[in-house]
Amino acid sequence: MPAANVSFRLNGKPVQLSVAPDRTLLWVLRTDLGLNGAKYGCGIAQCGACTVLVDHRAVRSCSVDIQSVHGADVVTIEGLAEGEKLHPLQEAFIAHDALQCGYCTAGMILTAYDFLLRHPNPTREEVVAGMDDNLCRCGAHVRIVDAILEAAPAMRGTQSP
Amino acid sequence: MNRSPLSLRPGAPVQDEALLPTRREFVKRLGTGLFVWVVLGRTAGAEVSEAAHPVTVRPKPTGDFNAFLHIDENGHVTCFTGKIEMGQGPITSLPQMLAEDLDVSVDDISMVMGDTDLCPFDQGTWGSQTTQTFGTVWRTAAAEARGALLEEAAETLQVPVAQLSVHLGVVTDTKDPARKITYGQLTMGKKIERQVTAKPNLKTPDQFRIIGKPLLRKDSREKVTGRAVYAGDVRLPGMLYASILRAPAHGAVLKRVDTSGLKGTEGIVIVQQPDLMAVLHALPDAAEDALGKVRAEFEPSPSKLDDRTIYAHLEQAKLEARVVAQGGDLDVGRGLAVRRLSQTYLGAYVAHAAMETHTALAHVEGDHATVWASTQNPFGAREEIALALGLPIPKVRVITPFVGGGFGGKSFNLQAVEAARLSKATGRPVQVMWTREEEFFNDTFRPASVIKVDSGLDAAGRIAFWDYEVRFSGDRASEHLYDIAHHRTAAVGGFNGPPGYHPFEVGAWRAPGSSNNAFARESHVDQLASMAGVDPIEFRLRQLKDARLTRVLKAAADHWGWQPAKGPSGRGLGVACGQDAGSYVAAIAEVGVKDGKITVKRALWVQEMGLVINPAGAKIQMEGGITMGLGYALSEEIHFKDGAIRDTNFDRYALPRFSWVPKIETVILEADDTPPRGGGEPAIILTGAVIANAVHDATGVRLLELPMSPERVKAALEAKAQQA
Repeated sequence: MPAANVSFRLNGKPVQLSVAPDRTLLWVLRTDLGLNGAKYGCGIAQCGACTVLVDHRAVRSCSVDIQSVHGADVVTIEGLAEGEKLHPLQEAFIAHDALQCGYCTAGMILTAYDFLLRHPNPTREEVVAGMDDNLCRCGAHVRIVDAILEAAPAMRGTQSP
Repeated sequence: MNRSPLSLRPGAPVQDEALLPTRREFVKRLGTGLFVWVVLGRTAGAEVSEAAHPVTVRPKPTGDFNAFLHIDENGHVTCFTGKIEMGQGPITSLPQMLAEDLDVSVDDISMVMGDTDLCPFDQGTWGSQTTQTFGTVWRTAAAEARGALLEEAAETLQVPVAQLSVHLGVVTDTKDPARKITYGQLTMGKKIERQVTAKPNLKTPDQFRIIGKPLLRKDSREKVTGRAVYAGDVRLPGMLYASILRAPAHGAVLKRVDTSGLKGTEGIVIVQQPDLMAVLHALPDAAEDALGKVRAEFEPSPSKLDDRTIYAHLEQAKLEARVVAQGGDLDVGRGLAVRRLSQTYLGAYVAHAAMETHTALAHVEGDHATVWASTQNPFGAREEIALALGLPIPKVRVITPFVGGGFGGKSFNLQAVEAARLSKATGRPVQVMWTREEEFFNDTFRPASVIKVDSGLDAAGRIAFWDYEVRFSGDRASEHLYDIAHHRTAAVGGFNGPPGYHPFEVGAWRAPGSSNNAFARESHVDQLASMAGVDPIEFRLRQLKDARLTRVLKAAADHWGWQPAKGPSGRGLGVACGQDAGSYVAAIAEVGVKDGKITVKRALWVQEMGLVINPAGAKIQMEGGITMGLGYALSEEIHFKDGAIRDTNFDRYALPRFSWVPKIETVILEADDTPPRGGGEPAIILTGAVIANAVHDATGVRLLELPMSPERVKAALEAKAQQA
């Protein structure tokens, strides 16, 4: 497919690309744009390791075209902190040791971000349901839920990135 | 069956000792400071069973030391070890051990891990060995360093060593606290070398300030910000991404390849070797698209097995049994039995399914190769790569960034060999990142197994005899742990083969063999308890012979608030206990069963694992084991037919999810006087057994096959209803 111009905001900064419009967002982020925080886990939107935010919604970047984010606001895990000041979700994941190998972590945090935007005051059961489509093989689930519950009040008070 | 002519067997490569890095070279590289060389004893890391080590290369030790630490003139401590961080936490627990015996802050310690040029030889990271074998030796290195520094300080300050105290790397004269000197000042401009030989003074538990205190992970900040580097995140100028042609089935031989579909595709490089065909491109997605245009024809696989016929195949395999343990006389025991119980327990092939697929970036330049690999076994990878490329081993450097999960699966390094061969063939740096489908195809699965147990109760309601045969699951944790006069435990086939019996490669999977053995043993004991009409905890306690195991089981009953009842009680409560990697563990779980679907509501695990370095990390490992175990217990099973793998992604192969995870309680029993034991594996061995026992308690139905999928539960319930 011939290259097309795709422009969007990435972690707060404008980006302009000339790329084949059907290329996968995940691989454009990881190769063309040098952002490795989104991980390849399955390639078919089953695991959530590649999750990024597109207009504040969690999206599986392995399964969307780059052209679909034209004009959108894209945030990857690299863009969640403000400089050295971490997002409350990141702080909570650290405080709860809510990770082991860390490969699913970016996807977990960004999925939780989307979830908490829509459920600012969730119950434990709601968090579990909201995170159920993200896979973690190390078994950090209990701590991830704890971290999200702890981050919820702090996130209600924050600006979105 | 060998997956490629390059897969190695132990002992194949010959290495030239003269070419290996020596202590002098390490000293030269780092300049001045204090060096302590850590030498593991001959017995350290020795296999406790045939299943303790994975199938692939077991590299031979090189040089005469296994790790070292260095203190520079700023007092900063750097540890160099071939161990790797895959989530299990040594990046936190190893500094914690050092900080204690060296009297420095944990934050003043850096780790250099899994780099074969910078770190001395290591066997590989597996078998829950890092803390129990390696860590203790490491503590002696820290104590040795502290002793050397105190001697230096005594000379500088002109006071006896006994008069000095150390806190956070500062040595103080206790008689004149104004007189201080830092570790950094003591090492400045000097080269001090020490080797751990005699047993130095280790701190005792009452002196601990750091060991035994919970410590948060040291790698979290990198991992929550996306800055942590994994093998797939390394970029080199001019690098290519490879997509490799795979057979549709194991054993299927390539007949012909047609690359004409690639005509006109820009930027691709094709590598076509008899056993390796790949399409490469500067963009990974373009390489994958291009491979899709290659037409390939394969001979059908010679394998005619599938996931149902496999058990008869394994059962019929004519192989000699190896006796693991025996005592008394089985005929006498059988004669004493007034009631008999014979069962066969089955376990499916299970995938490792780490979230990171096998990945490597290789750069071969002339006679030198540098490979960044996701591996549990960097020194093994180095040997495999050297052999594949025809290079001397020292000419290959393997660097291990963060590993995105291993569980035993990344002791197998095929992807690193592929990347190295493709880099050599193209003259460019090449990344190989297996797709999830390739990962499921190439994985060294946990072997399917058949375990036969024949046993019975005597007139007093005790276990009269125990005749146990494990086929293809390995002997690890196969011994019965109970006080049984007439018994025999035998293993057939071993954990890894022998070759030719499994339709694909199998290998070590978190606590190899132990989960299947614990499932069979504890299911069987539970049935005997029911037959005897005795509460399952009481029944076990009456016949347990190991005090440590008795202690964890009693503690579990206490923490749970156990009310004794004979099973099945209808409450849905299960019990199991076991031993693995030197640790003792007991579990109690409550389940519900609806429409064949098992839900675990509450789970309590009590573990005694000797001295605990980082209780926070140990609990995380327990939770992780319990949670991961839900998969092999409830859903995980590789379906296959004629060499083809049918479960090739997470849409069919179901990993445990958030909604499956019960309320988990973990209790670690103090045993500070016992050396540290394994923590990464023991918890997972009981998940299958405790759930099976709880399901029986809930429904009266005994499940003998893993995983206990809804279909199997339903079928068992229906069979029971028909019987009634």
